[in-house]
Amino acid sequence: MDFFIEVLVGGMLAGVMYSMVAVGFVLIHKASRVFNFAQGAMVLFAALTFVCLVERGLPFAASLLTTLAVLVLLALLVERVVLRPLVNRPPIVLFMATLGLATVIEGLAQAVWGAQVHALDLGIADKPLDLGGVLISAFDLFAAATAGTLVAVFGWVFNRTRLGLKLRAVADDPLAALAVGVDLRRVMAAVWAAAGFVALVAGLLWGARLGVQFSLSLVVLKALPVLIIGGFSSMTGALVGGLLVGAGEKLAEVYIGPLVGGGIENWFPYVLALGFLFVRPEGLFGERSVARI
Amino acid sequence: MSAELQAWRAAGPHREASASPAVAPREPSAGPAAAAIPSDVTSPQATRRGVPVRAARHTPVRWAIGAVAAGLAFVAVPHWASDYWLSAILIPFLVLSLAGLGLNLLTGYAGQLSVGSAAFMAVGAFATYNFALRIPGLPLPAAIALGGGVAALLGALFGLPALRIRGFYLIVSTLAAQFLIQWVLVRFSWLSNDSASGVITAPPLVVAGVHLDHPAGRYLLTLSIVAPLTLLARNLVHSATGRRWQAVRDHETAAALMGVPVGATKVLAFAISSFYLGVAGALWAFAYLGTVEPHGFDLTRSFEVLFIAILGGLGSLSGAFLGAAVIGLLPIALSHASAAWLGGAIDPGQLQNLQKILFGALIIAFLIKEPRGLAHALTAAVQRLRGRGGVRGLQAGIRPDTRPVTRTVTPSGTPPHERPDALCPAGGPSCPG
Repeated sequence: MDFFIEVLVGGMLAGVMYSMVAVGFVLIHKASRVFNFAQGAMVLFAALTFVCLVERGLPFAASLLTTLAVLVLLALLVERVVLRPLVNRPPIVLFMATLGLATVIEGLAQAVWGAQVHALDLGIADKPLDLGGVLISAFDLFAAATAGTLVAVFGWVFNRTRLGLKLRAVADDPLAALAVGVDLRRVMAAVWAAAGFVALVAGLLWGARLGVQFSLSLVVLKALPVLIIGGFSSMTGALVGGLLVGAGEKLAEVYIGPLVGGGIENWFPYVLALGFLFVRPEGLFGERSVARI
Repeated sequence: MSAELQAWRAAGPHREASASPAVAPREPSAGPAAAAIPSDVTSPQATRRGVPVRAARHTPVRWAIGAVAAGLAFVAVPHWASDYWLSAILIPFLVLSLAGLGLNLLTGYAGQLSVGSAAFMAVGAFATYNFALRIPGLPLPAAIALGGGVAALLGALFGLPALRIRGFYLIVSTLAAQFLIQWVLVRFSWLSNDSASGVITAPPLVVAGVHLDHPAGRYLLTLSIVAPLTLLARNLVHSATGRRWQAVRDHETAAALMGVPVGATKVLAFAISSFYLGVAGALWAFAYLGTVEPHGFDLTRSFEVLFIAILGGLGSLSGAFLGAAVIGLLPIALSHASAAWLGGAIDPGQLQNLQKILFGALIIAFLIKEPRGLAHALTAAVQRLRGRGGVRGLQAGIRPDTRPVTRTVTPSGTPPHERPDALCPAGGPSCPG
């Protein structure tokens, strides 16, 4: 039983890492109904920029701020070059555009910073803590706390602040938002900048875990099932979805894996998500979308 | 040489279509343009469209051009092209075109997005390998066809979720296919005849006693499969099936109302598209590479095929060839250019990054400026060069299209699917949210 709980908790903590990437998606999807496939590439870009700045001797805080500035710049650029010309196009077109964007950012990140693997040390020891007989990684706990804070902060911004009100207005009805004086471009840029910030946080934590390398951009593939399960437009959904996916895939790997030869972590979340799509297409916390004719 | 004859017939009109602008009106009419525009714009053209164009297409001149093109492709090219051109440029180009074509049937015509194309290519390759290996005396074309058949079955299976979920949520189902199939191929070594890490090697490339295991032979094998399948696809999209696909793509509810069996139509699109991808996968593995492992059909390859379809033009068959030319040949052109002009100053890794940036930028640029892809851009350019304005120009699809709308109107509250948009079909009214 202890073993089961250990796997469960370990999986859930790993799942929180997926949530962190998923939160970036939710931000953008909530405000613009765009499924931003480039979020993974942004994670890679952010982590790579940060780690290379640190390696070039910049202090931690300065690197963080510089990276953030670069990400805001990127957000402004994306809004101007990609999103504005594509305004009002079907979601599918926007999705394909973000696919292109992902390719550009990945290429750019590696062209500028090279393709080698960088180690990243955040100064958080990855040692197991003994909590009531269950071993839990301290790093995972830290990551989980960070993700929880992020979700709480963004949830607060969305539901309690003026900016959040604007975001919700834009998502609800862009025309009406425009009519009452919401600057759509600034809102978009703000959302993408926020998504950039989330990408940076996720990139740092993932980078510390796996090393900063190309595979960071593939976390986008883990975040997708999380979003399907949690719902595309809910912060809480991203968190809960992450927990479910993380716990599910670890449990499946441990208990079902040996029966079929292991290595099922890659596809299990997708099968889980597919099941959810059949039963509850809007996800656990998503808004039920009305199929319009 | 009956296959060649058949393919020669196949190559005729198709080559003509991509080369000569006179037939162009057909392409856009088959594509999203006609269907997505409100009926008051299309209907006068719809009545005008068919007759004169059809008459023109069957003139002896056109057949002659087709014959010359086929003669060039089947006789002159293998005779004069160097081995390098055949095996490093023309074969991959043809195979990628076929893959792009297959995805285009699904995404461009039936409006169902897929990011798992490479998985079905892998199925085709591995199934063909196993049929050739385990059924002694099975002719190679039959093995490839059977391989395509297995891919079609699996495609239909992974297409089943399309009955319930719509639009871009399908990427979940197709990604599941991508990961699950790759895992199965690596995990069950029986499928690769117990070779290390799932590597498979081409079966003997012999058709009717003729050995094809040389560049020209492999080129001819590829061409004689790609050409008839292209003709078949062309007929298919103009058949009742193709029209049902487009009806489902443009407006699922309306299609259902007209009596189109929406579910069966979608699943059929998945099956046929996967058949094409499966055959393309078999050719990729055996006519182009020679040996292949499951990893060769990863997500990157899926995106490559998707990019071919987008860049060439969703809902355009000639677009698949144009897209494949750009996506397949650009890397080669880039590396040659870098070697020739910069003396190889840029290392290969950097070149690859450059290429990624270029591809991504191209995709974005086309989605913004020319959502109907290279096929339409080319037709429009040729039409402009010929100075054909007026009615002909209109017929060719150079009509007030979506672009002015998207440029001048800042975010409006109109739900995307209510606006005319060239790419709407891909997501169509079914786009969620």
